[in-house]
Order: sequence, then C-alpha cells, then structure tokens
Amino acid sequence: MWSFFHKLASPKHFYRIAGAWIPWLGGITLLLMVVGLYLGLWVAPPDYQQGDSYRIMFVHVPAAWMSLFIYVFMAVCGGIGLIWNMKMADIMAMTSAPIGASFTFLALVTGSIWGKPMWGTWWVWDARLTSELILLFLYLGYIALQNAIEDPRTAARAGAILAIVGSVNIPIIHYSVEWWNTLHQGPTVTRMDKPAIHSSMLWPLLLMALAFQLYFFTLLLMRARVELLYRERRSRWVRELMGNLQPSPLSNNREVI
Amino acid sequence: MTWNEFIHMGGYGAYVWSAYGLTAIVLTWNWVSTLLRKREVFKALQRSLKQQENLS
Amino acid sequence: MASRPLSAFWAILRRDLLLAFRHRGELANPLLFFLMIVSLYPLGISPEPDLLRAIAPGAVWIAALLSALFSMENLFRGDFQDGTLEQIALSPQPLPLLLAAKILAHWLVSGLPMILMAPVLALLLSMPAAATWALVYTLALGTPLLSLIGAVGTALTVGLKRGGVLLTLLVMPLYIPILIFATNAVSAAAAGLPISGQLYFLAALLVLALTLSPLAIAAAVRISLG
Repeated sequence: MWSFFHKLASPKHFYRIAGAWIPWLGGITLLLMVVGLYLGLWVAPPDYQQGDSYRIMFVHVPAAWMSLFIYVFMAVCGGIGLIWNMKMADIMAMTSAPIGASFTFLALVTGSIWGKPMWGTWWVWDARLTSELILLFLYLGYIALQNAIEDPRTAARAGAILAIVGSVNIPIIHYSVEWWNTLHQGPTVTRMDKPAIHSSMLWPLLLMALAFQLYFFTLLLMRARVELLYRERRSRWVRELMGNLQPSPLSNNREVI
Repeated sequence: MTWNEFIHMGGYGAYVWSAYGLTAIVLTWNWVSTLLRKREVFKALQRSLKQQENLS
Repeated sequence: MASRPLSAFWAILRRDLLLAFRHRGELANPLLFFLMIVSLYPLGISPEPDLLRAIAPGAVWIAALLSALFSMENLFRGDFQDGTLEQIALSPQPLPLLLAAKILAHWLVSGLPMILMAPVLALLLSMPAAATWALVYTLALGTPLLSLIGAVGTALTVGLKRGGVLLTLLVMPLYIPILIFATNAVSAAAAGLPISGQLYFLAALLVLALTLSPLAIAAAVRISLG
C-alpha cells in the first residue's frame, strides 16, 4: 500500500499510472452521466410544486457540492505539499483551482436560471447563492495569486497558505451568510430544498454527483500529467519519453504516451 | 413521455435546457482546453528536443 | 531567559511605533481615507437623515474595511525592501510573536484612531447614541480582526510588484463575516435590540484569529522571503 503511494509521488510513475487510469475513469464518468441524465431528464416525474424546472437540480446541486469539495481538496493538497514537500501535491492543488472555479461558476449560473421561474428574478441574495458567490471570489483570489507569482514552488506554497486560511473561513462565511439571510429575507421566498426527496429524484442526483466527482478526477489527472511534463521538461525521463517518439506527426503517437 | 414533452419540459424548457447546455459547454471546454494545452506542451518539448539533437 | 521572546516583542513594538511617528504625515492617510469614503455616502445617495441612518452601519463598516486594506499594504513592505524582515525571520525568537508585535504596532497607529473617529462619523450620518456605542464596540473587536486577517494576505503578496489589487482580491472575501456581524450589531442597537450575541461572535472570531493567524502569517512571510 505505502509503496504504491510512494510510487505515485514520483513524477515518472505518476505519469505512467495516471495515463493508464484516465481512459477508465473517463469511460465510467461518461457512463454515469448518460444514465444520470436519462433518469433525471426522462424517467423522473415532474415535481408537484416546481413542475419540470426542478430538473436543473441535477446539475446545480452536484456542481455546488463539487465547488466546496474541490476547495477543501485544494487546501488538503496544499497542506501535503507544504509539509512533505511533495511536487505532485503542489501540481494537484494548482491544477484543481480552475476546475473548481468552473464548477462554482456553474452552480451560480444554474442556480440563477433555476431562480428565475421560482423567484421571478434572476438573482436573489439567497444564502446559498451568496455563499457560492463568495466561494467564487475565493477561487479567483487563489488563481490570481498563482498567476502573480512566477516561481512555481513559491506559488504553490503561497497558494497552500491561502487555501488553508480560506477553508478555515468557509464554515464561518457559510454560517454568517446563512444567519444574515434569515434576518433579511422574508418568508415569501420558496426554499429550493424539500425535507424528503423521492427516490426517483434521489438516484439521478446521486449518479450525477458521482459523475461530476469522477469527471473532476479524470480532468485533474489529465491536467496534472501535462503540467508535470512541462515542469520536468529538463529531466531525463521526459527526454526519454519524448525521444522514443519519432518527430513524425503527433496525432499518431497519442496512444503511446 | 413524448419527445415533444421532453423538449418542452412543462413550459420550463428554456430554463432547463439553457442550464444543461451551459453545463455541457463548461465541462466540454475544460476538457478541450486540457487537450489543447497538452498539444502545446508536447510541441514545445519536441521542438526543444530536436534543437538539442541538431546541436550535438 | 524566559523573558527574552517578550523583550524582543516589546523591542519590535517600540521600533515600529517610533518609525510610525517619524512619518507622521503618512499616519493620517488611512484616517482621511476613512473619513472621505464615509462622507461620499450622503453626497452619492441622499442627505436625508432617515435614509442615512438606515445605511450608516454598512457605510461606516465598508469604509473601515477599505481603509484597513489600504493601510495594510505598508505593513511589511518597508521592512521587506530594506531586508529588516529577513533579519527578523532569522532571529532565534519565535517569528509569529515578532510579527504579532508588528501587527499590534500597526493596529495602534491605524485601527485605534479609526475607533476614536467613529463617533464623529456617526454624528455625520445622524446615528442614534446607542448605535454609536455599538459602532465603537464592533470596531474595537473588528479592527484587530481586520489587521490579523489582512496581514496574512499582506505577507503573501509582499514580494510582488503589484500586490495592492491582488491583496484586495485575496482578503475581501475573508472579511465578509466580520462585515455581516458588525453591521448587524450596529443596526440592531439602533433598533433598540440587544447586541451581545453579535459581539460574542466577533470576540470568538478575534480569539480564533489571534491564535491561528500569527502562525499563518509567519509561514507566509517565510515563503515570501524564499
């Protein structure tokens, strides 16, 4: 077990193992997504209150979950990189930020599209939408910091501190926004969630959530591999890897690498 | 359920499909941009490798 | 021997205060900034006393956030540029404690005057007396929090050329809970409601920040020094 993780921490082995996993992960992601979409959009009955508009939930809620999960994942990776000086953890933290930001953006926009038929306006300062907006700011701050620092090592360490401080603050922000919202919002606004969710709606939701999770990991591995190759461009294993390829058209060799 | 109902979504078609469409666009763009970056890095690496070969 | 870290703490505090008083002109800048932003509200929205009273808590607190951020930029910059910060980091005393001294000095010259000026601003925005007191209490608990959280961002961006805007991007989202609880306390006080809950929450945040943020700031300073 441990030797496997040690291997994964070495760039060369990571590159190889991740390369073998990506097609599988991607395939399962696609499968889950197709089944989830079929169940969610076709099989599940319309909601008795919200009609068919509730189906936005099947992308909105998983995106919102992912936005939180990825931020915490970023902080954990950053912490690992900070403590054990692991290059792979740095790369993981850095490459997951734009994916997390895109999920946050999706959660915001789909929430707003869902809000239009429910609330009558595109934007309401609802507790969850507001928290999500602040989370987007946190992501953008992290990305801006990464872009501002040239040295990748320093950027990773500075980003790790920011992500850790941010994730300590996330519960505080969430709680305070929720509290602020209950004070300012009248009872007229319909809450999006219901206490009990029927299984015909729960299954597509869980499948889509799992699909989004696997999508994230697939993409993360893909991006991490590319980033790793670039950062290690002067190392021996990368040169050997590239040297094996004849300088013939690139597209023929994609399977090999 | 018929195709017509499916597209119509009980009157919420525009909202539901724009939400799903946007999600599809963002998820696809994430994936495509990764592939583009990969190609860019590969080209750069191969170019530098070729230069080194020419030098030696 | 046991008193040595503390004496280093006092030495840094004294030095920073002395330095601040040598540049007395710059001292007033964040305060003027604070005053000007608050005076923009009546001009930009309406001089109507009722309306002003309603927006006053938010107006004063947003101005406080901005002027805290504005003054934050110089917290480590001078010491970073002339190498003092590196010397401080190399000293055998615990770095979080030494940096806490710097932050305390900074708060004494930038946060404390804001608290003292708050009653004047409350007058300008025609706030009732109870709300004025609430404003002073929330600023007393809130401005050290702003300094501690802001210092993390400052430490991360001190080595960068254009750190100013970046600092705002990094720190502003983290300031939101403080803004929410502080403005709510002031509004509640104006309406004659008890505010101890909000003050306790701010105090809890302050304790949390006092214990954790010096560690984060020290780590960030070491990263920025490379």
